[in-house]
Amino acid sequence: MRKLIAMSIQLLAALSMSPHAEARLAVRRSVLGNGLVVLTSEQKALPMVTLNLLIEAGSRFEPAERAGLANLTSRLLTYGTKNRTAPQISDELDFIGATLSTGCSEETAAVSLTLLKKDLDIGLQLLAEVLTLSAFPPEEIERQKQAIIASIRAKEEQPGEIAELKFKEALFPKSPYGRPVEGTEESVRRIERAGLLEFYQNYYRPNHAILAVVGDVSPEEVNKKLAQVFRTWEKGAAVAPVAPPPAGQPTLILVNKDLTQANIIAGHEGIPRTHPDYYAIQVMNYILGGGGFSSRMMESIRNQRGLAYSIYSAFEPEKYAGSFQVTMQTKNESAGEAIRVAVDEIRKMREQGATEPEIQEAKDYLIGNFPIRFDTNRKVASLLAQIEFFGLGLDYPDRYPDIIRKVTRDDVLRVAKRYLQPEKLIMVVVADQAKAAVKTSLDTGKGL
Amino acid sequence: MRVLFLSLALLLSWIKPVQAQTSRVQEVVLDNGLKVLLLEDHKSAAVTFQVWYRVGSRNELDGKSGLSHFLEHMMFKGTDKVGPEEYARIIAKNGGNSNAFTTTDYTTYFATMSRDKIGIEIELEADRMVNARLDGDTFEAEKMVVMEERRLRTDDNPGTALGEMVSAVAFMIHPYRRPVIGWMPDILNLTREDLRRHYKTYYIPNNAYVVVVGDFATEEILAKIKQEFGKIPRGAEPPKVTLEELPQKGERRAALKKEAELPMLTMYYHVPNIKSADAYALDVLSVVLASGRSSRLYRDLVYQKQLVTSVDADYDGLSVDPSVFLINAQVMPDKDPAEIEREINALVTQVQAETVSDRELEKAKNQVEASFVFGQDSIFGHAMRIGQYESVVKWQLIDSYLSGIRSVTAADVQRVAKKYLDPDQRTVGRLIPVKESGQ
Repeated sequence: MRKLIAMSIQLLAALSMSPHAEARLAVRRSVLGNGLVVLTSEQKALPMVTLNLLIEAGSRFEPAERAGLANLTSRLLTYGTKNRTAPQISDELDFIGATLSTGCSEETAAVSLTLLKKDLDIGLQLLAEVLTLSAFPPEEIERQKQAIIASIRAKEEQPGEIAELKFKEALFPKSPYGRPVEGTEESVRRIERAGLLEFYQNYYRPNHAILAVVGDVSPEEVNKKLAQVFRTWEKGAAVAPVAPPPAGQPTLILVNKDLTQANIIAGHEGIPRTHPDYYAIQVMNYILGGGGFSSRMMESIRNQRGLAYSIYSAFEPEKYAGSFQVTMQTKNESAGEAIRVAVDEIRKMREQGATEPEIQEAKDYLIGNFPIRFDTNRKVASLLAQIEFFGLGLDYPDRYPDIIRKVTRDDVLRVAKRYLQPEKLIMVVVADQAKAAVKTSLDTGKGL
Repeated sequence: MRVLFLSLALLLSWIKPVQAQTSRVQEVVLDNGLKVLLLEDHKSAAVTFQVWYRVGSRNELDGKSGLSHFLEHMMFKGTDKVGPEEYARIIAKNGGNSNAFTTTDYTTYFATMSRDKIGIEIELEADRMVNARLDGDTFEAEKMVVMEERRLRTDDNPGTALGEMVSAVAFMIHPYRRPVIGWMPDILNLTREDLRRHYKTYYIPNNAYVVVVGDFATEEILAKIKQEFGKIPRGAEPPKVTLEELPQKGERRAALKKEAELPMLTMYYHVPNIKSADAYALDVLSVVLASGRSSRLYRDLVYQKQLVTSVDADYDGLSVDPSVFLINAQVMPDKDPAEIEREINALVTQVQAETVSDRELEKAKNQVEASFVFGQDSIFGHAMRIGQYESVVKWQLIDSYLSGIRSVTAADVQRVAKKYLDPDQRTVGRLIPVKESGQ
């Protein structure tokens, strides 16, 4: 290996270095009169533009008995406005080959539009319409309710989805963060048009939104056009932050299905994105199970024992909540063994932390990979919206390497001790339970 | 595939077209027969380097299905210089992402890194083209990993399981009848000797090509590629696959009963690949039928009648041998799959009976063109496109793709619909959900 790397260093010397991320992205931030935050990055390589809108209109704002209201609202945005029917909108978008999609999570809803530069005006008009003049026609509400119910049903045949839903529910009981964003069949049926209109009126407001625009258009042109199309979009009441939801008790949840594999999630509470320990946790988790083939879990569970094809751990941070989870699939019969090995890795990390070489490898990856992670307009647009949403600052891409570099071995041990809690694990196993025999296996083994 | 990074949607999006910019590709063939395709693209800070071997499940024999894919996994078990699983680690600590995947037609290895690091990938790929160890203690554990991959992707996934079965019925002779990942009993029986033979036969410079797209300087990277790969000797030409599927005479039907929530329906029609002049019209036909919410199948089945949750029409023209035009639908709860089949038949009959309107044709072409530009947003996607073309025809054909699409007429769309969407030429597969037997 030494020889190989030496040769690459020669190559490195011969090639010029890339400019700083910030220079390449040339991000500009502005705020329209109505409070809409606009982030732009002009990228002229291709005649296309991507617009990514993030808006604080996620499921945490809906009442529990109408679970699915936020998601249904976001789905219906593109199904009819005061000026156009749903088929008209589809036809116009398809005619210019644009893609307009909507999505919803616990905290935010998202609207994403990608189109050719020449069609920017048509696209902006449509975007403004769905955000300010969506009509929620009764027949479209009925259609989308049926579609969502079918989607809820379809997830019942996806063991990974079942495990995720059960895990969330146990992790954040009685909290919007624990409910499925889509709602349940019953709660979706209960949603009425008045509730949708009210939600739309309250939360689809410019001062709750961030719009990232990346592509072949100048910041001046974007801002001028946006000020025009969004001139009638009025500010709403401010959105209040929430306290992190309380975490549920450790438990073992078994779901029986006629499957060849056990789908396993084991995890507990994590941290929100703005937590100061976020970066030390990223380094620690890379070594534990986040770093693909460089991670300890991949080595012990997949490479050494052949127990799983996919195995990883992740701290998933949102703005006000966070989770930690290990996700894997293994043949029913080895479920207990795979869980034991994973939990042992968590314990080991918690007790001993990581070595200097492991930490260096993790930092080298995180720093070196950062600019590569944002190698498309769509990924840049998504990054910009996140930077604003989490308040990371426009210089975040340039600060990132230093933030990671400063993480020490002591930090890694400290966050492992503090944020890995094997005694608090919530465990979900979706499997052919007779074959998996998880309880027996865990009781007769080293236990938890 | 080594790890689940790429979504199926991304894989399918590669089937969609490319742009004229590709004509800036530089082609160089080394003395040992290795073809190198280079495209400088400085819009991002990354370079993607891909080695494509012309071998996939298409080159396998009965009883040995899954061999190409298993070999792909074992290619990460090291060489004389690099330890087992060290490859991915080296790439990662240099800031890169790496992966590999196997299809019916090719096996591809790649890493995406910054320009100052990509030399490391070039060295590692050249090394494992000739020095892979393949055996050792890792063989049995990795076989178990592949079996877990099959359980995850196919055995517990009703959609994939249905597709696997329908391929096995639609193709009687051609190796496309076998799944890329292999039948479970075949995977179990694969031996170290099978791997070694497959590797020796197909992993040679004259059966491979390199695709590089991104932020690099052509002269410099080419010198590096020549330095690393140029010393590898040319190998004996691998055996050609000459199997040909005979024309289908009459509809075939097959059903799969499996634990699932919603029924699925799939139809495979035999079609020519991109070497045929009809390929462009078949592409446009697939867009007219099911691309976008305003497409015919979507509007009728998903939107207006609410019979299905989703519907796709895909023309797989980028396959080495003639493949299929497929229509897939997932049935809404409590709807009758037979009704959906009748409805699809009616819409197919309509596109055969009447020409599409000028506006509908233009809309389809605009969709193709836009997605072709969007496809260049990712250097990885761009390199995939070049590599896929090269796997079937010469990559240069990409340049005539858009003009080919633009020249499609309404009469062409009608003609190919009549010629290929013929019930006698199709296989209909149905997934019939059964509920679990209980605790």
